Amino acid sequence: MSSNSSINLKEQFLNGIVKENTIFKLALSLCPSIAVTNNLKNGIFMGLAVLFVQVMVNATISLMRKVIHPKVRLPIFMLVISGWVTVTQFVMAAFVPDVYSKVGLYIALIVAFASILARAEMFASKNDVMPSIVDGLGMGVGFLFALTVISFFRELVGKGSLWGAALIDAKPLLIMILPAGGFFAVGILMALFNWIDARAKAKASARAAAPAHASH
Amino acid sequence: MEAEFTKLFQLVISASLINNFVFTRFLGLCIFFGVSKKMETAVGMSITFTAVMMVSAAISWVIFNKVLVPLEITFLEIIVFIGIIAGLVQLSDTIMRKVSPGLYYKLGIYLALISTNCIILAVPLVSAGEKYTFIQSLAFGLGSGIGFALALIIMASIREKLELADVPAPFRGLPMAFMITGLIALAFTGFSGLITL
Repeated sequence: MSSNSSINLKEQFLNGIVKENTIFKLALSLCPSIAVTNNLKNGIFMGLAVLFVQVMVNATISLMRKVIHPKVRLPIFMLVISGWVTVTQFVMAAFVPDVYSKVGLYIALIVAFASILARAEMFASKNDVMPSIVDGLGMGVGFLFALTVISFFRELVGKGSLWGAALIDAKPLLIMILPAGGFFAVGILMALFNWIDARAKAKASARAAAPAHASH
Repeated sequence: MEAEFTKLFQLVISASLINNFVFTRFLGLCIFFGVSKKMETAVGMSITFTAVMMVSAAISWVIFNKVLVPLEITFLEIIVFIGIIAGLVQLSDTIMRKVSPGLYYKLGIYLALISTNCIILAVPLVSAGEKYTFIQSLAFGLGSGIGFALALIIMASIREKLELADVPAPFRGLPMAFMITGLIALAFTGFSGLITL
């Protein structure tokens, strides 16, 4: 970490979760956010798969960055990513076959995630291993967080259960687990985040405008 | 022969309407939201997509069934397919630039976007998984392309009108686009049960 000691690891970690949250802020890699989130279990496993691939790809690229010729970097990045995705696919097929049978196609499609390639290109290919791993962790956790929120919401409202265990006795809103409901859920959650954001900003500017209570 | 043709027709219809990639499988969403703001780009994008999808479906079928299956290395399908697509995109980029600069000027920028798109990769993956024949995977590629074009054009025409609408502040932009897509997806569920394969 000699050359990059200026990079604040904690900040880099939080960056992926809050400021550059893949789904809610950047609106990238949306496909799985809707496809696999009709129940909590699938959502969490998909998020974990992405987290794993992101961290491993970042670490690999960062270790290899001095060997890769800049002109052929993109094909090599794709190769590294598809290698790790294949590993993930095998691990999931072996240990969680029931989840894999449902989300298998989307696991394969992690290869085409713009966000993973973007982090490899923008961060890992320029930084040391440690910051790259932390960056990958941050992005991955941010993604996992988004998927968890969406699938929590959809399973609770659409089926009245969580992780397969029934919680609510009332008749659930079936539309939320239908494909259309996925779009509604993400739309509503995005609007909610925008609203919270706008409120926080309004509060901050109000505080700045009235600095009379200086102590707090 | 007749039965064969009917089967192909059903495949095209099912891939384009019933199992529409955007509305029921949620693929290609990044591109879908990215380029559906204007009608012109939406049309250009859908033409390029359909063409690339069919060609890549054909090439990957040949490579999957004539190389990967005999050698028993089908687990390499992801790496091979992404390689095929990246190569194909590069190739068509070069050919288009030499042969028809006018077309390249119009559609060239979409080509670059295609190689990292999940919908293009999904076509060979699904047809390998379903064990389609050569003609069937071509039909599947065509159907998926038509379906994507349909989705893009519907969305673009709605979003052009939406520019004038008064949307509540937190919903402005992407959230509203999601709600609209949800409504279209709801309409598309009406197609399920149109034919049973």
